[in-house]
Amino acid sequence: MAGKANHDYHILEPDIWPLIGSFSALTFTSGMVLSFHPDLFGSSASIVMWAGLAGLIATFFMWFKNIVIEAQRGDHTPVVQLHMRYGMILFIASEVMFFVGWFWSFFDFALFPTPLTYDHTTGATTSLFGETGAIAAFIPEGMEVLDPFALPLLNTLILLCSGTTVTWAHHSLIHGDRVGLKQGLWATIALGVLFSSIQAYEYSAAPFGFGGNTYSSAFYMATGFHGFHVLIGTIFLAVCLYRAYLGHFTPRQHFGFEAAAWYWHFVDVVWLFLFVAIYVWGGWGAEYH
Amino acid sequence: MATTAEGFDAHHDQGHGHGHDAHDHADHKPGFFARWFMSTNHKDIGTMYLIFAIIAGIVGGAISGIMRVELAEPGIQYLQWWAQFMGGGNDLNTALHMWNVFITAHGLIMVFFMVMPAMIGGFGNWFVPLMIGAPDMAFPRMNNVSFWLTVAGFFSLLFSLFVPGGTGPGAGTGWTVYAPLSTSGSVGPAVDFAIFSLHLAGAGSILGATNFITTIFNMRAPGMTLHKMPLFVWSVLVTAFLLLLALPVLAAAITMLLTDRNFGTTFFNPAGGGDPVLYQHLFWFFGHPEVYIMILPGFGMISQIIATFSKKPVFGYLGMAYAMVAIGVVGFIVWAHHMYTVGLDVNTKMYFTAATMVIAVPTGVKIFSWIATMWGGSLSFKSPMVWSMGFIFLFTVGGVTGVVLANGGIDDNLHDTYYVVAHFHYVLSMGAVFSMFAGFYYWFPKMSGRMHSELLSHLHFWTFFIGVNVIFFPQHFLGMQGMPRRYPDYAEAFTFWHQVSTYGYYIMAGSMVFFFVNIAYALLAGKKAAANPWGEGATTLEWTLPSPPPYHQFETLPVITDAHDYHDHRPVTA
Repeated sequence: MAGKANHDYHILEPDIWPLIGSFSALTFTSGMVLSFHPDLFGSSASIVMWAGLAGLIATFFMWFKNIVIEAQRGDHTPVVQLHMRYGMILFIASEVMFFVGWFWSFFDFALFPTPLTYDHTTGATTSLFGETGAIAAFIPEGMEVLDPFALPLLNTLILLCSGTTVTWAHHSLIHGDRVGLKQGLWATIALGVLFSSIQAYEYSAAPFGFGGNTYSSAFYMATGFHGFHVLIGTIFLAVCLYRAYLGHFTPRQHFGFEAAAWYWHFVDVVWLFLFVAIYVWGGWGAEYH
Repeated sequence: MATTAEGFDAHHDQGHGHGHDAHDHADHKPGFFARWFMSTNHKDIGTMYLIFAIIAGIVGGAISGIMRVELAEPGIQYLQWWAQFMGGGNDLNTALHMWNVFITAHGLIMVFFMVMPAMIGGFGNWFVPLMIGAPDMAFPRMNNVSFWLTVAGFFSLLFSLFVPGGTGPGAGTGWTVYAPLSTSGSVGPAVDFAIFSLHLAGAGSILGATNFITTIFNMRAPGMTLHKMPLFVWSVLVTAFLLLLALPVLAAAITMLLTDRNFGTTFFNPAGGGDPVLYQHLFWFFGHPEVYIMILPGFGMISQIIATFSKKPVFGYLGMAYAMVAIGVVGFIVWAHHMYTVGLDVNTKMYFTAATMVIAVPTGVKIFSWIATMWGGSLSFKSPMVWSMGFIFLFTVGGVTGVVLANGGIDDNLHDTYYVVAHFHYVLSMGAVFSMFAGFYYWFPKMSGRMHSELLSHLHFWTFFIGVNVIFFPQHFLGMQGMPRRYPDYAEAFTFWHQVSTYGYYIMAGSMVFFFVNIAYALLAGKKAAANPWGEGATTLEWTLPSPPPYHQFETLPVITDAHDYHDHRPVTA
């Protein structure tokens, strides 16, 4: 560190990963565009996307590795830990607003529906807008939706349960019970993987695809982005478990774990809204699959 | 007043005293590559943001020149040439598409790659830590990723120019990217690149917002309460909250555009029950806070500058701070005034008309407080001050036409006419841009350590002032006569004022020569700048440091006492 700092803030050395990460992100998004248009760019253009993704994953890995090294080195004074708490809360606030976008479109379609019909065999949706006698309904006529009280309810219970296991891990950590910490984290991660597996199974068995009508679009986008967040949260918790085995966390200083737990609770709460709004209320009165 | 001056002097001595022994260690800079490509230093990152914004401003300004030259007379003059130059066909459809590409690129570049990087990334990065007495930002590494993501976003927008969009190369959707023009209307990859450009720049801005909020809440020097914080810092704080809460909604909206375009979803496609108006709601829920994001840091800078050159504390400090908070909060609930003509019911239009007009109240508080700050002050008309006074006058003109347009009934007639173009260029090209030039001339000596030429700055001001007014004032008339925006051709009746407007562009473009010559002059031959070149009116902490400040400043944190309460008129009582 340059100079003799007479304060507790964390002055960082220059670092290459922001540059690599940003241009990996550009490569990733540009690669996605290329793969959206195989007619123009050929079918192997997605290699650009995978290269960008690899760069992004490398950036995340190295970046968080560096943070962990700095934490272990003692760079994270109380005020720096406070920065991280603020940072994580603000990040979650922005994530909430991201989901506001999906819920906004969902409620727009559900409250102001257009008359649609759905053909089982082809999966095609037809608009009856403006035709006499057509009745507007959010779920296109003839389309079956998922029964909220079957697997989605089970998934709700799984996530709620995982909220308690992560709290179990947290309390164990605070009381110096490292075995309990690991058990609680193992249980949380297992429940997270179970949730994602059930969600993947349900997607594969769903009676409707991604596109075609507003119900399926809003359903897959909202639940899909939630599923992606579950995946991220599970990875975050797995990193915490690995760090727990390395003995990184102390009862006084363990913000990495707390951030993962906050994120997990956020993902849990989003699911509760998805379950109530989209699965139960949104599918009310429609044919269940 | 006496208290203020003493407070400043006491502070200055203190800062100077510790600056000496810290200087040798604190000024140790990394090598060229590490310093500029791996930076974790808020001042270097701020400098890069400013250079980037100037480059983007040249590109965006050149595009507006292409448009003004085309509009100098009716008919299509140069667009076919541009269509061929950009690798498209020679036909009229491609030429007209090029027009759409120009208006889109001009808007996106000026908003996302000029104003935002300059105000928040540039001045925010440079002066928020200095003004609150902090050694750097809270997350220095994340600060750098914010900058490079903005650059990456700019590259993505450039890529879009070289691939097919609608009826030619480039994204021709307007900066608002409305469906269905942006979905079924432009099937080529150009719009995908433009959308990802917004994703990348937006991600950078969200990370930057997190950084600023954390820095301002946690890193204020001992004794600097929120109510002692300089108004520029207040303005960046409010702006950062707007960014944090508005940008993710845009991210969701443009992600829906992407899936509508590429994966068959029907969010904005009525054939599957979707609704193009939903896109407009989502966009403007972001877009209206966005216009305050572009002006609030300017408000902050103007407050600092007016107080400095009136040698008075700003009038009504708390009212000024909370007026910005009020503008930020109310800014989230007025978005549909951009959509009066989509078929909203009358009650909705009434609500949005009333809510929009409410914003004039805190804005009026600010305008009158600036005037009251100058009233009875000891004014010195240095370059930052004349730009600030220009700002107050011209921003008020734009604000008044804003109140006109806030009326749902009147907007039915004026929507999408040049009246709207004139309105938002008065608040941006003359509001935001004047505040940026004011801030630039105010802080250039601090950032570079060199004095610019007051003569060139004043010439820049007067020619620019005349130029932009000649460009945009006649556009009110064009709008009232019914000239629609975003058209490359027009009926002959509109010719005169279009010609005048184009002459204004030449004056404005010529005026920028003074700006660039001034920078070159200052860097090559400018006088060395003192720690505080502006005198006793400049009371904030950045003026206690040498010009330029050491690489790492405030290694011993400054302590703010009651004597430094430079916003408060009342004498300090023991």
